[in-house]
Amino acid sequence: MSLDKATVRTIANLARLEVRDDELDHLAGELSNIMTFVEQLAEVNTDGVQPMTSVAAMSLPRRADEVTDGNCRDKVLANAPEQQDGFFLVPKVVE
Amino acid sequence: MSKLVSLTMAEARKGLAAKDFTAVELVDAHIRQAEAARPLNAFVTETFEAARAQAAASDQRLAKGQAGAMEGLPIGMKDLFCTEGVRTTACSKILDNFVPPYESTVSANLKKAGAVVLGKTALDEFAMGSSNMTSAFGVVENPWKRASDPAARLVPGGSSGGSAAAVAARMVMGATGTDTGGSIRQPAAFCGITGIKPTYGRCSRWGVIAFASSLDQAGPMARTARDCAIMLGAMAGFDPKDSTSAPVPVPNFEAALTGDVRGLKVGIPREYRPEGLSAEIQALWDKGIALLQAAGATPVEISLPHTKYALPTYYIVAPAECSSNLARYDGLRYGRRVEGKSLDEMYAKSRAAGFGAEVRRRILIGTYVLSAGYYDAYYAKAQKVRRLIAEDFTKAFQTVDVILTPTAPSAAFGIGETDDNPVTMWLNDVFTIPTSLAGLPGLSLPGGLSADGLPLGLQLIGRPFDEETVLRVADVMEKAVGFDAVPALVEG
Amino acid sequence: MAYVIEGETGDWELVIGLEVHAQVTSKSKLFSGAATDFGAEPNTQVSLVDAAMPGMLPVINEKCVEQAVRTGLGLKAKINLTSVFARKNYFYADLPQGYQISQFEFPIVGEGEVILDMPDGSTRTVGIERLHLEQDAGKSLHDQHPSKSFIDLNRAGVSLMEIVSKPDMRSPEEAAAYVTKLRSILRYLGTCDGNMAEGSMRCDANVSVRKAGEPYRTRAEIKNVNSIRFLQQAIEYEARRQIDVYEDGGQVVQETRLWDSTKGETRSMRSKEQAHDYRYFPDPDLLPLVLEQAYVDEIKAGLPELPDEKKDRFIKDYGLSTYDAGVLVAEQANADFFEAVARGRDPKLACNWVMGDFAAAQNRLGRTIDDPVVSAADLGGLVDLIADNTISGRIAKEVFELMVDSGKAPAVIVEEKGLKQVTDTGAIEAAIDAVLAANPDKVADYKGGKDKLFGFFVGQVMKSTGGKANPALVNDILKAKLA
Repeated sequence: MSLDKATVRTIANLARLEVRDDELDHLAGELSNIMTFVEQLAEVNTDGVQPMTSVAAMSLPRRADEVTDGNCRDKVLANAPEQQDGFFLVPKVVE
Repeated sequence: MSKLVSLTMAEARKGLAAKDFTAVELVDAHIRQAEAARPLNAFVTETFEAARAQAAASDQRLAKGQAGAMEGLPIGMKDLFCTEGVRTTACSKILDNFVPPYESTVSANLKKAGAVVLGKTALDEFAMGSSNMTSAFGVVENPWKRASDPAARLVPGGSSGGSAAAVAARMVMGATGTDTGGSIRQPAAFCGITGIKPTYGRCSRWGVIAFASSLDQAGPMARTARDCAIMLGAMAGFDPKDSTSAPVPVPNFEAALTGDVRGLKVGIPREYRPEGLSAEIQALWDKGIALLQAAGATPVEISLPHTKYALPTYYIVAPAECSSNLARYDGLRYGRRVEGKSLDEMYAKSRAAGFGAEVRRRILIGTYVLSAGYYDAYYAKAQKVRRLIAEDFTKAFQTVDVILTPTAPSAAFGIGETDDNPVTMWLNDVFTIPTSLAGLPGLSLPGGLSADGLPLGLQLIGRPFDEETVLRVADVMEKAVGFDAVPALVEG
Repeated sequence: MAYVIEGETGDWELVIGLEVHAQVTSKSKLFSGAATDFGAEPNTQVSLVDAAMPGMLPVINEKCVEQAVRTGLGLKAKINLTSVFARKNYFYADLPQGYQISQFEFPIVGEGEVILDMPDGSTRTVGIERLHLEQDAGKSLHDQHPSKSFIDLNRAGVSLMEIVSKPDMRSPEEAAAYVTKLRSILRYLGTCDGNMAEGSMRCDANVSVRKAGEPYRTRAEIKNVNSIRFLQQAIEYEARRQIDVYEDGGQVVQETRLWDSTKGETRSMRSKEQAHDYRYFPDPDLLPLVLEQAYVDEIKAGLPELPDEKKDRFIKDYGLSTYDAGVLVAEQANADFFEAVARGRDPKLACNWVMGDFAAAQNRLGRTIDDPVVSAADLGGLVDLIADNTISGRIAKEVFELMVDSGKAPAVIVEEKGLKQVTDTGAIEAAIDAVLAANPDKVADYKGGKDKLFGFFVGQVMKSTGGKANPALVNDILKAKLA
């Protein structure tokens, strides 16, 4: 499987990673190399095999519906790059 | 060099109890060793002052007979565990100023047991790597040297390379690691120490910065199987804050070290002897088999037929999970922000500037294998093969009690000696990844030295939640191997 | 009659499917212990999990699971004993994790149905495709600063149920009836408060048009519709727009469109849409959610009587019309009020009063059923006074208004104002005689065949007795005298 530059550009956009044009060739080569490596999985017969999403042989634990958390705005905002009046600030989002 | 730094945890605990020395003395000796070994760059953040204060508090508890299981023992904390009020970076630029207002469950458990943290140890960025070369805070150096070329600087392995180097160089008596595909075991092998990745679910992941959630597992790194047993006992336990934490009791791991492995069936998987495996590694493995046999265990050849597919499976599953886990590093609520004209530009610039090459590469791969049209061919396929790999082990454990393999295909390599191809680097984890995919406990212990004077590791793999057997066998092998070599730096 | 829109090329039919996001009634969030109350100070109901701090992990709230199952059962839907949480990956300022935890391939609830009560008393069944649990996002405020958006994560992680209908609706009215009924069911179940103004219930509409007999054409998804009125307007606008596109020779593209309530139009969000590839995959921080059948059965046993069952009972036991029963059961409190009035009385009379004068007064005075203009007991008392002929229906209306004004019990008012009905035949006879004597010409006309004049005589008698004469007695005596 070889990835072209346009595909690399698309997935970089999806992943919100800025990629310079002069990096694209190198990245496309590298990622293609990796995809070729993982493609050997195609030769494994997996008919009727259920995907394994977790190795934990248990079902999902549930917690009681109690308010046990929150009310800690100082902690929530402690590492914020930009904040005001208790809000996080970001460049204006245009809808 | 103080004799105190040569002690194991078990020995130090006795010494403290007998008042041969104080916790302050023990911790001070290790701080001096850590200062002397600073050029290794094992610590990202040192917390020596806090450690001295904790040691003093430990002495008070020791005096009152209120000592915890690790009271006064100096350890290192991999900088992937969030520590309240102490900067936690994951060795990434994107978190270089992040100070968590919370403490991970595992580090809290260790502190509760009385362990004294000397600092945060270095790792590959976000635990992605096998060399510690992807850290944004500089490479970590292995304290071991090649006999043939003592000037060469070697990697400590990764991702828990800082922890492994710190333990090997006697800066700490033990250190926490995390293992996603071999990140405890491979650096333990490279640095001549012992490390165990317990069963998935044994240690809480709460407060541990995530790489690949279905694989990440914390574990101890120390110099003996007994020390690992002591430390694992302090780290492990059910945590209701982690939905994947196993609600099983924590056994007394130390009590499992009976020294008796008679009658035990030890699986020797034929697929771990691939063509091209170095003769030195093969010989090491054979030696391990022989000494277990001498101790009364029975080697049994087994087959784990899907072994060769573990690496490609891992390199789909782990990047997929990481691409999603690392989406939260967006420069909005914490971490590095690079301003942009729009929100999306801010994201893209912050993330490009904050993540290193290997992390970016894995995010891109993960994004790709999950994207529309490719999910079934890659991600779903990999999860199916993962089940086949896990079932290989389930079948094997119907006939054997533990499995013995080499930990890594080579000894530590030199900083900058690897080629550009990331896949070559990934081959380091070829023996450790299957265990991670199956969620099983895996331990690496020193099996001997290579011809060039470097440590080589042997891996023991156990049934789910049977760390006791793994530790018991490791303890027996450790005594049989009699590994007493120390790194050049410690000798000197 | 089927709803169609006339175009230049003929009649067009609408195809509508709705996705309703209903906030689950719970004290704490779906995956964290932070509170869910509306209107708190910014970022005060946020845990470190909600803020997606490194290493934080989700743990599911059992109440939210129970509420989803309860809702599924209320929608007569299949409960999936195993369901899976998946991550929906996208970047947005109010989505701290960079993904929303939702359910994708394996939702907790499968197919079910909602029965619509149409204004003409007819019913229609709309299929439910699925219901799944997911996290809400936070809130971005764009009007606080010239170049910055403000982010508040109080809502981030609050539990939502996404309820997806089949494309079974064919008119804006059916869409409105669907949302109304769904809201009613959720409120009966206590699983969502249905408050659209506070955003506890939000609606996206999938709209397409087609000629009769055609397969489905391309649909557009309309987002941001936050009232039933806007929903109808948005659907009408969008259908018209699509018809125009087709009739101008164009093609409708599958896209997300935003409803702009000030302009009364939908507009394309294509710029955002193109970048979306959600990369769903099972959340590795969570395991499959496995329920026991016994757990589901227990919830089922505890379900309240739901609107459809109540409606059937009202029709069967009280003899109400389909329409009246449908209106009364829409809100449980209204149904309870009615039953309190009707208990042990003539149900039709009780229904007429609850839906007539009472409802009108409630409306006029802007009151809710929790704060009624007269109590159910007093309204019942009024019905009793009519039933035992103490007062006539006409006087009762007067008494009712006095009850509303004074808050006094009906019997007290009747007593004070002397409104008791006259049943004394002598008095009525005297009044009739007086009326007949005063109108000899009309009496002659009546006897000459003008039957309609009977009503005139009744009216005159009632007028002269201040409305208090028993109408039946007036009828009988008058008939006898004119015979």
